[in-house]
Amino acid sequence: MELDPLLLSRIQFAFVVSFHAIFPVFTIGLAAYIAVLEALYFRSNDPVYEKLSKFWIKVFAVVFGMGVVSGIVMAFQFGTNWSNFSFAAANFLGPVLSYEVVTAFFLEATFLGVLLFGRDKVPRGVHLFAACMVAVGTFISSFWILSANSWLHTPAGVELRDGLFHVTSWAQAIFNPSLPYRFAHMALASFITGGFVVAGVSALYLLQGRNRNTSLRALKMSIIMLAVATPLQLVVGDLHGLNTFEHQPAKVAAMEGLWETTEGAPLLLFAIPDSAAETNHLEIAIPNLASLILTHSLDGEVIGLTDFAPEDRPPVGVVFWSFRLMVGLGMIFIAISLLAAFQLWRGKLEQSPLILRALTWMIPLPFIAVLAGWFVTDIGRQPWMVYGLMRTSEALTPSLSGWMALTSLIGYILVYAVVFGAGLYYLRRIVAAGPDPLTARGPESSARAKRPWSAVSQPLDEPSPGTARS
Amino acid sequence: MELIDLTLIWIGIIGLGVFMYVLMDGFDLGVGILFPFAPDDRSRDAMMNSVAPVWDGNETWLILGGAGLLAAFPLVYAVFLPALYLGVFLLLAGLIFRGIAFEFRFKAPAGSRHWWDRSFNIGSTVAAFAQGAVVGAYIQGFETEGFVYVGGALDWLTPFTVMTGLGVVAGYALLGVTWTILKTEGTTRDWAYRLAPWLLAAVMGFFVIVSLWTPMASEHVRGRWFDNITALWIFPVLTVITAAAVWRWLRRRVDALPFVGSMALFALFYMGLLISMWPYAVPPDHTFWDAASDPGSQLFLLLGVLFLIPIILGYTAWTYWVFRGKVQADVGYH
Ligand code: HDD
Ligand code: HEM
Ligand code: HEM
Repeated sequence: MELDPLLLSRIQFAFVVSFHAIFPVFTIGLAAYIAVLEALYFRSNDPVYEKLSKFWIKVFAVVFGMGVVSGIVMAFQFGTNWSNFSFAAANFLGPVLSYEVVTAFFLEATFLGVLLFGRDKVPRGVHLFAACMVAVGTFISSFWILSANSWLHTPAGVELRDGLFHVTSWAQAIFNPSLPYRFAHMALASFITGGFVVAGVSALYLLQGRNRNTSLRALKMSIIMLAVATPLQLVVGDLHGLNTFEHQPAKVAAMEGLWETTEGAPLLLFAIPDSAAETNHLEIAIPNLASLILTHSLDGEVIGLTDFAPEDRPPVGVVFWSFRLMVGLGMIFIAISLLAAFQLWRGKLEQSPLILRALTWMIPLPFIAVLAGWFVTDIGRQPWMVYGLMRTSEALTPSLSGWMALTSLIGYILVYAVVFGAGLYYLRRIVAAGPDPLTARGPESSARAKRPWSAVSQPLDEPSPGTARS
Repeated sequence: MELIDLTLIWIGIIGLGVFMYVLMDGFDLGVGILFPFAPDDRSRDAMMNSVAPVWDGNETWLILGGAGLLAAFPLVYAVFLPALYLGVFLLLAGLIFRGIAFEFRFKAPAGSRHWWDRSFNIGSTVAAFAQGAVVGAYIQGFETEGFVYVGGALDWLTPFTVMTGLGVVAGYALLGVTWTILKTEGTTRDWAYRLAPWLLAAVMGFFVIVSLWTPMASEHVRGRWFDNITALWIFPVLTVITAAAVWRWLRRRVDALPFVGSMALFALFYMGLLISMWPYAVPPDHTFWDAASDPGSQLFLLLGVLFLIPIILGYTAWTYWVFRGKVQADVGYH
């Protein structure tokens, strides 16, 4: 059997980057939340904020750690599997990734130590400052990495000479046309993810009748934030789509499942795209809606896939369905956050077990929406590595053989299975243990807080006197 | 434009970055290598306490090394990583297991904690070995055609690179043990004092073997050494003097100096390596100047780096200051 290093490398990259991506979207949102909690605590001295912050820092420590170890893998993937691409794009990619390291990673990593372990070693203001630096670092980091990624979709500010990209304008290359939309969309996605996790866990405690004080406070904060962020995401997503329509019509055609260029294109609610026959089966459509959304006119023209040579088309099915999954989830998020906000406004949220239950089910869904979004974006870019300029097949490492790629792919799957399994297991235990009751400054902190990562060392084996297990 | 040689400046910056990485992650990998030999669980707690707040920042220097190479010397990035493909996987897998052990060890029920001890130890050892093998592979050279690696998947794995790999494991263990002396007290420190001379002897052993073997593994190094013997004898002499000083400090139990001395040993090894390989970035064919990126790219990044590296060094130093002093197994961090 002939193993194809290209296909295996694509699977490996998709796997390791998707695995990595689920941690940042959560830590970016959560870091901002923790900074807000610390600031509120600093100002008001209200112990509820301190307790909430301490609890979410434990969760944060675990998730952040998994983000770091999987991120280190990403830093080397470009070189191991896509060395032709790295070499060709180094003039742009290298400085951008390096700026990410010097402006963001050092900041996050260094101040993380102070945030986790420094509460009693530095003045309170400095501890707050550390929390802010970690949060700011995560945003700076996403700015740079999304700039690099956006440039692959809408390359600008470079010229291709002798197979190498040379930068002609740094401003145009870094602030390339799709960056603002992608950055805003991703930032909102992070807030939505963090918000739903905090809301879901707090709702769970309320349903179990524990930690009422803190949970109500956290729930209120997150629901108000979500009620703003989720509708905003729809607006930003729409603008993002318009931008993509301008720069990458083939991707949009795949997202819409549109084969022939059409005036007054319909919006498909359901369809089974068939690439061989260049048509869809079992279509359910709303007439003219796609044209309306994309061109703001009922019979505007939308370019279809058959306008592109077959070897220039992205895989249609995955892109089409991932897009529907993301948008569908986005709609559900809007509905549930507005409903919860409405109940909150009426003062009845605590008495709405159905909504609380629904919020707990929401916890995994933003992660799925985020991955679906990335699948639309990056699979929709295929067969290009750098859109219109370099094909994915030209980007591969020449010396890479099928068995090498297969070995590393299996290796990563095994390693990540352990990391993810253990991480999820410990996260569940942290959540099950819950934030300590307000009085728990006695035995718990003296017996347990002696340990490193005591930030996350909730007593997990033996319930200790200070832990809420009501 | 030709007034300043940007490539030369970048050799300096990347050189500094890699060296920072070796020193800083070196001692915390070393702590992991020594982990199973620690006298008891309390010592292990203390040892882990001593590196927990700083290891993430230390490892960031590795990422800077990777990204900085891509920015300044893309050829190095695009040849080393494919050539060392499987080695790089081992390195990353090692770093992953070690990194998560920091978080999971103290949350594990007592019965399963030993799994994370093992994960910390094996991960650290594998990562250290892989880094040593990279150094060996660099000395050995790479088979390239134009700007592309054309050698096999396991060309990097030879007796010579195994030797350099083991050498680095011993070296990091020495940094780890002297760090432990600096940061702990009581039984842990007593144990470290007993172990340190043996590790120092092992490191010197590897130093002799690798020094004798290197000129055989690389024609270029042979030429460089024998043509410049009148100047280069200074390196082995300084190395022996430094090692002797560390030995004395260990015997006289001066807590801080053995760590400083071990770092000085690494600095000497590192300078020796650079002088031996100069000016080759991807031996035997490509110099640093062949491997460089566009001057425009080098300049664009340089402006930021010159400004930011001092700031990074500043707040890094500040966190070491915050967490200064001896750690005790009994004093918590939060
Ligand atoms: C929008 C956000 C985002 C995206 C799309 C990516 N990352 Fe990431 N990355 C982060 C946001 C982030 C972060 C929030 O900054 C992390 C998460 C946890 C952490 O420690 O920092 C991080 C960690 C992280 C680290 C470890 C940093 C450390 O030691 O502190 C590296 C080396 C990378 N990433 C590299 C990458 C690469 C090469 C990516 C592209 C394929 C990538 N990341 C996608
Ligand atoms: C972090 C969230 C991300 C996710 C979940 C994601 C997902 C994916 C997926 C599923 C593919 C496979 C497409 C295919 O081959 O069919 C892919 C390809 C790719 N992505 Fe992303 N991506 C992410 C971010 C990024 C970023 C930030 C970059 C660059 C800076 C990037 C660069 C690439 C490259 C170079 C490929 C081509 C390799 C390949 O074809 O597999 N991605 N990504
Ligand atoms: C509510 C309606 C939404 C619309 C109309 C929308 C629209 C889009 C579009 C058009 C893209 C692809 C852009 C491109 O490839 O160039 C995209 C990507 C993406 N979406 Fe959405 N989206 C919505 C909701 C969401 C939600 C709720 C999340 C997550 C919580 C999310 C996360 C993402 C991510 C992570 C990407 C990939 C990164 C990027 O290109 O921005 N989206 N979205």
